[in-house]
Amino acid sequence: MTFRQLLAVPAAATLLTVPLFDSPALAQEGSQQYFPGLQYRSGPYAPSGIPFANGYADYLAMLNARDGGINGVTIHYEECDTAYNNDRGVECYERLKDAGPSEPAIWSPLSTGITYALIPRVTQDEAPMLSMGYGRADASDGRVFPWIFTAPITYWAGADAMIQYIQQEEGGSLEGKKIALVYHDSAYGREPIATLERLAEEEGYELSLFPVAPPGLEQKATWLQVARQLRPDWTLMWGWGVMNSTAVQEAAAVGYPMDRFIGIWWSGTEPDVRPSGDAGVGYKSLNFHATGTDFPAIQDILSHLYDEGEGYGEREGVGEVNYNRGVLNAALAVEAVRTAQAEFGERPLTGKEVRWGMENLHISAERWEELGLGEFAGAVDLSCEDHEGGGSAYVQSWNGTAWEPASDWIQPRNDELRPAYETSAAQYAEEQGIELRDCSQEL
Amino acid sequence: MNTRVLTWLVAVPAVVIGLGLLFQLLSLVEPSLYFTWAYYLEVLIGGTLQGVMYSLVALGFVLIFKASSVFNFAQGSMVLFAALTMVGMIEWGLHWTLAFLITAGVMVVLALVIERVVLRPLVNQPHIILFMATIGIFYFLDGLGQTLWGSDVKQLDIGIPRTPIFILESVFEGGILVNQFDIVAAAIGGILVLVLAIFFQKTRIGRALRAVADDHQAALSVGIPLKTIWAIVWSVAGFVALVTGVIWGSKLGVQFTLALIALKALPVLILGGLTSIPGAIVGGLIIGAGEQVAEVFLSTFIGSAIQDWFAYVLAMLFLLVRPQGLFGEKIIERV
Repeated sequence: MTFRQLLAVPAAATLLTVPLFDSPALAQEGSQQYFPGLQYRSGPYAPSGIPFANGYADYLAMLNARDGGINGVTIHYEECDTAYNNDRGVECYERLKDAGPSEPAIWSPLSTGITYALIPRVTQDEAPMLSMGYGRADASDGRVFPWIFTAPITYWAGADAMIQYIQQEEGGSLEGKKIALVYHDSAYGREPIATLERLAEEEGYELSLFPVAPPGLEQKATWLQVARQLRPDWTLMWGWGVMNSTAVQEAAAVGYPMDRFIGIWWSGTEPDVRPSGDAGVGYKSLNFHATGTDFPAIQDILSHLYDEGEGYGEREGVGEVNYNRGVLNAALAVEAVRTAQAEFGERPLTGKEVRWGMENLHISAERWEELGLGEFAGAVDLSCEDHEGGGSAYVQSWNGTAWEPASDWIQPRNDELRPAYETSAAQYAEEQGIELRDCSQEL
Repeated sequence: MNTRVLTWLVAVPAVVIGLGLLFQLLSLVEPSLYFTWAYYLEVLIGGTLQGVMYSLVALGFVLIFKASSVFNFAQGSMVLFAALTMVGMIEWGLHWTLAFLITAGVMVVLALVIERVVLRPLVNQPHIILFMATIGIFYFLDGLGQTLWGSDVKQLDIGIPRTPIFILESVFEGGILVNQFDIVAAAIGGILVLVLAIFFQKTRIGRALRAVADDHQAALSVGIPLKTIWAIVWSVAGFVALVTGVIWGSKLGVQFTLALIALKALPVLILGGLTSIPGAIVGGLIIGAGEQVAEVFLSTFIGSAIQDWFAYVLAMLFLLVRPQGLFGEKIIERV
């Protein structure tokens, strides 16, 4: 552990807001774009939160070091530790929102609970928020949720991609198959149920539900039911934190075949499988971005930061799942700022301008290549109406030391998902008295 | 044979068979309830083995409460700290046995420091003050462990086999599945309890500890050094925390949430009584088996994910009959 990290843990735990970096040469206000960071480096979910926070911070710091920021506008990044706690998340938001040299570019709370808590606040403050692969799936409807973005993919799309993968593995038909869902008994864990039930009716499989009480330390009874009673053809998991590693170990303990066990992307990181040792080999999960360091942008992080002793985490952590997810989140946010700068000028932007950047964000395979992240993630194509952008995912498999791809990119069936988003969002709009935004009137 | 033991020997099989018959009957009424005797025994055995691991956690609480009437809120963080320290030493290249011994030493030093810095200045203070102090110890150890050893989830492998095996295959078709890890963990727990029982019953220190537990002032009046006894008890509790941390850490990985397993001990303590080592053992077994059976066979009627709160309901039901807990001391105060 470095001395810097030694200091970071207690500092984060005391809820200090920490300005992590900005360029002294460009320290005067007016030349810096403010990026607030709602991260968690303490608390029970820190093993997942720390690498994500490192990836996010390192990408922004690398841009400052390599390019002098975004088109000459340096990045001022400030972080607050939410400990994955909703109350602290809101408190951090209030602390950070006026703490930077410009308006915050975009918020990314890395928590479904904090996302729910912040939706009314960011809407009132006109600040864009990106809940990347978490949060409310129906927030993909930008007419009802003008400030919330779900790019590149939602839980509902993830459920659809999982079923498509199983269909491929089963030779096309799921008729008469048994699929179990083991899920975190919370709003997050219940997100895919409606989609899986709809697909069960369409595809003819039998869905069985197994809720696990958070935090999920005890799952023996659940896995006896799954593996000894139901004996499903496939088991899906919507878990988080210790629930994931416990599930993998309990599944192995009752002899459930790992290659028929697929987790969502929050159940597919290194801390989820490492504790189980060899027992976790073959376990699968969905992912929406690549892992590893074989990308020019990540190589730049290593050369500009870690070679200089400036990286925020340990060098070995670079390229792991949560680290690269932090990089992707930062890359999307930065590209939105870059897009907005092309419209509004190369200067620090307001939240409203960055939202415009998000709603006009089009990242093709070529653009990912230009960003030094070729084949890192699927194409992103957002609009005023569509805040998800129809992203794709793939299945990865744990080989005992690293994740390796186990499928091609899978495109969720958005023609079926989109009406579901709109129906759910319309219901929310009716409950909240929200008037639908007219996207034809937007720039 | 002791009447109490005889009662248990008769009552336990009767309850197990009675519940089995009840679930079999319910499965006839409600076809979605799956029941076979093999499956029922599988759940029961798995739960009982799990219960031994709950007992280990509860044991740490009981030891300290017996000696000082303090409910040690920090027991969970002691488990985490011990496991983190041991894994950290293994990562330095030490063999796990050596790492275990050194960590045991660290836990003794920690106990001495807690006695000297936290407990001694609070002698004669109300119990609630000591309880509040243990909350402080919880947060301190939690932060210290992560600061020293990091927040990553770490694998702890001491070679306990994890593969499932099948027993009684000649009796039940397909046999009954039991995991080897659970059997080894239960055996380790059983050995620890045996060692503690001998320590407290047969040694001079053990007798002194029981005297302190019965009456502090009386123990002091016959020359038993209270501070030494406290240091010894916290050291033993630290050792129990280490064994608990090794077993739970091997099972779940060593991570922050290990501190939360202390919560699993609360219904065990309610059921078994805060002052009884046999109570912690039997309470753990009942809670372990009871919550698993409830999750599997009652979830059809009252919903899933019930095992956490059902453990408390089970404990409360016992309290209706024995308010002092199964093995707790009945307090009679004359006024």
